[in-house]
Formats: sequence, C-alpha cells, structure tokens
Amino acid sequence: MATRNAAEAAQGLRLVAPPLTYAVVMLAIPLLTILAYSFFKDGYLTVIREFTLENYRAVWADPIFHKIMTRSLLVAALVTLVTVLLAFPVAYFLSFVVPPSHKALWIFLITIPFWTSYLIRVFLWKVILGYNGVVNSGLKSIGLIDQPLSFLLYNTSSIVMTLAHAYAPFAILPIYVALEKIDRSLLEAGRDLGESRAMTFWRVTLPLAMPGVLAAVLIVFIPTIGDYVTPTLIGGGKIPMIANMIQSQMLDQDNRPMGSALAVTAMLIVAVLSVLFLLLNRRFLRVRQ
Amino acid sequence: MKGGGLRLYAMLYLLFLYAPILLLPVFAFNNATVIAFPLKGFTTEWFSQMVGNAALRKALTNSLVIAVSASILATCLGVFAARASTRFSFPGKGPAMGLIMLPLVLPEIIVAMSLLVVLLAVGVQLSVFTVIIGHTLICMPYAVAILSTAFSSLDKSLEEAAHDLGETKFSAFRLVILPLVMPGIISALLMCFTISLDEFIIAFFLAGNEPTLPTYIFSQLRFPKSIPVIMALGTILVLMSILLLATAEYFRRRGVARTGTQDTGGFL
Repeated sequence: MATRNAAEAAQGLRLVAPPLTYAVVMLAIPLLTILAYSFFKDGYLTVIREFTLENYRAVWADPIFHKIMTRSLLVAALVTLVTVLLAFPVAYFLSFVVPPSHKALWIFLITIPFWTSYLIRVFLWKVILGYNGVVNSGLKSIGLIDQPLSFLLYNTSSIVMTLAHAYAPFAILPIYVALEKIDRSLLEAGRDLGESRAMTFWRVTLPLAMPGVLAAVLIVFIPTIGDYVTPTLIGGGKIPMIANMIQSQMLDQDNRPMGSALAVTAMLIVAVLSVLFLLLNRRFLRVRQ
Repeated sequence: MKGGGLRLYAMLYLLFLYAPILLLPVFAFNNATVIAFPLKGFTTEWFSQMVGNAALRKALTNSLVIAVSASILATCLGVFAARASTRFSFPGKGPAMGLIMLPLVLPEIIVAMSLLVVLLAVGVQLSVFTVIIGHTLICMPYAVAILSTAFSSLDKSLEEAAHDLGETKFSAFRLVILPLVMPGIISALLMCFTISLDEFIIAFFLAGNEPTLPTYIFSQLRFPKSIPVIMALGTILVLMSILLLATAEYFRRRGVARTGTQDTGGFL
C-alpha cells in the first residue's frame, strides 16, 4: 500500500509540475523580487543592491501614503459593505425562491455583466454621472434642475458606486453557495419549535450563511483595494488610491525600491486586516455544514 | 409566485447590473458626438468609422493573438493542475495549488508590477509576447476551477475499467477521460479567451508600445470626439462576450449531462 501511495504521489507531482513551474517562475519569483527590491537602495535609473530599511521608514513617515492608504481602505470597506448588503437578498432569493431548474439561468444572467468589458463599464458610469451625463441631462430635460449637478462625479462616493457595481457577482456567488448548503430541515425544525420566520432567519439561516458572507467580504475587499482603473477614470486622477501611487513610484518616478516597499506594505496591511477579520469571525467558520 | 418582494428586488438589482450595458447601444446609434440625453437621431456612422480605423484594427489583431495564445496555454496548464488536484494526493499539494490559484485574489496591479520589474531586470523587450505571459498566469486559476469541476465529477471506476480492458495509462486518458472532460476544456478555453480579451491592467503595463483593445479604448477615452466610436466598439464587444459566455455555458452543461451528475449551476 505504501509503495502504491508513493507511486500516486510521484504521478501527482509529475502532473502538477508544469503549471506549478509556471506559477513559480512568473508569480512567486516576481513577488519575491519585489520583496527583495523593497530592501534595496535606489540609485538613479538603477537599483543598488545594499540592504536598507530606509524605504519602509520613508513609506511609514510619508503623510501622502497615510492619506492614500486610509482612503483606499475606506473606499474598499465601503464598497464591501454596500456590495455584500445589496447582494445578500439576491443570493437568498436565488437559493430559496428560484426553482432549481431556473437557477443556472439566473446565475448566468448575474455573471454576464461581470465578464463584459470592465473598462467600458467603468467609463459608462462616468457617462451616467458626468457633468453632461445621462443623469444630469435627463434631469434637465424633464425640468427638475437648471444647472447640472457637479457633485455626482470625481468624488469618493462615485468611486464606491462604480466599484460596488463592478464587484457585485463576486459577492453574490459565495453567499449563494453557502445558502445552498444549508440543510432545509433545520429551518423547518426552527419553525416547528415555535420560532417566527424572522427569528429562524436570524438564528439559523444567517449563522449558517456566514462562511459565504465572510468569503464574499474578502473576495470583494482585496481586489477593490488594488483597483487602478476606477480611481483613474471616475476619480479623474484627483482621488488616487494605493494602486495609482504604486504605479507612479514604479514607473513615473522610476523608484523601484520605493514602489516595491509601497506594494509590500500595502499587501501586508491587507493581509493583516484579512487575518484579523477572519479571527474575529472564527466562531462562524466552525459552523457545521 | 413565491417571494414577491424579493423577486422585485432581484429584478431591480439585475436592472442596476445591466444599466450601463444597456446604455451602450443607445449611444452607439445616437447621431451626436456628445454622450447625453436627449437623443438626436439614428445613425450607423460610428460603426463605419470603427471599421475604417487602422489603429483599432491593429489593436484588435494584437488582442486576438494574445487571447488565443493565452487561453490555449492557460487551459493546457490548467488540465495538468486540475487532474493532479482531483485525482492524486501528493506532498505539498495545498501550497502548490494555493500558488497556482493565487492570482484570483491578488490585485492585478501587484501581478503586473512584479512581473514588469522582473521582465525589465532580465532585459526582456515588452511586446505582445510579455502580455501573453501575464494573461496566461491570471487565466490559469479560472481554467483550473472550471476543469476541476469537470475532472472531479469523473467516476474513477471508468478509468479502472479501461485499465482492466488492457488500455495503457495514456490511452485510457485519451479514450475515456478526455472525451468526458472535453466540454470542460472548451468551456475553460472560451472563458480564458473572454478574460484575456477584456484584461486591461496587465496589458497596459506589459505591452510596451503594442496596443490591445482595452489599452486602445483607454487611450481614446481622453478624447471626447472618439467616444461614440468607442460606444460602437463596446456594443460589439459586449455582444461577443455574451455569445462566447453562452457557448461556454452550453458546453459546461453538456459536460455535466455527459458525466451524469447534478447541475450545481454556473462557473466559479
């Protein structure tokens, strides 16, 4: 038996080798390079291979970094909150109301907008919210306003709106999967034991759905924090987020060590927050499915 | 009808999801250079301008080359990874699969920047080729996810039966496994193609001076004059994506039917 297991393991390793090698060369090594660069000194147009913590010191002391990082975290947190709150009823509807034969169609309908040009979708929000945009010209033509509303675009709330739209399916799917796993007889038991519909939802459905909600939170939070396109287009370049700052350090100012330190710091902050978030909610993850 | 309120909410939510996309064709056929209401009249001028645009054709060619190459590469690598993870247990499986799936949760800007730094450091010229490298990397997890579903629904006894009937490992794979997972492979190919065609960040940083469709669109968004043409282009792209995804979904369902398992609905 042991030899058989060893043979199986060898075969599995052989199979996984090509994709793993690719991921190591194209992902792990680049990420480690960034990590190494963040400890190097910046010479003009080159990188001096000399260990220093100066980049991190500079990043932590930089008030602009504090401002942009706080903004990125705030935007990502708001987007996550809005997305998950809006998505939960839809996931609930999908799991509990839609007949099984129609579920695949509904999921398909929800995922389609997600797969269609991200760039154009983001830009269309600019068209909708802009100074001469759909909302303003629409309101003007029906006589509700005389002057275009200028507060719609180039601010944090328009960024939140656009990102909440872009990441909607990310939130729906994990919650839906968690809801699907719930044993329906538990809900009946709740009702039979005299709980109201609302209390059954609060005490049975919601705790059991929490793993999905937690997954949705992380799946929305992590990519939104690194979003580059939306702050550029919707924020009009005036409201940079951390991705814009990393890009500008790396390319515009050609300071690779500093850009790397920024990227590593941002990733560390996100990782620490994610772990903290999971720890705070760990009692929900122990739920028996 | 059960769940009246929820149903209404879900419908409104779908409307919110589709609102920007529904506006695309409206402005693509609108006879005005400014994207605003009220509409001015019907025209197909933006579409003919789009067809006559040489820079756009160049971007389209590049995008197609990248999308075809990246989807084939990612799916091939995905087949290996999915087969290994669903059929075998081996030391270091968790970390290995974790690394392969990592691009799913890593912000694209980090993937793009780190890859760019390394490529520049070893002196690789930025081109269509470097974009293919990046796109293969980010498409691979999606391919693995789709293919894992296809592979895990396989009945192991089918393969054993083939061995018992005298087939070698390879011929059993080719004659039994491959036909059963073929719908999954096609579905993964189409999915990766769609992702690559639409991907902006990596193309933006790794393409050098070569335009792809999204980077071309991005460069044109600054000029109000070229917006209507972009709307026309967007309309075509959305229609193409829907067509590709519907085909991918069709093959995924056929795969589910072929292996005789329950439809759990949708990718991801």
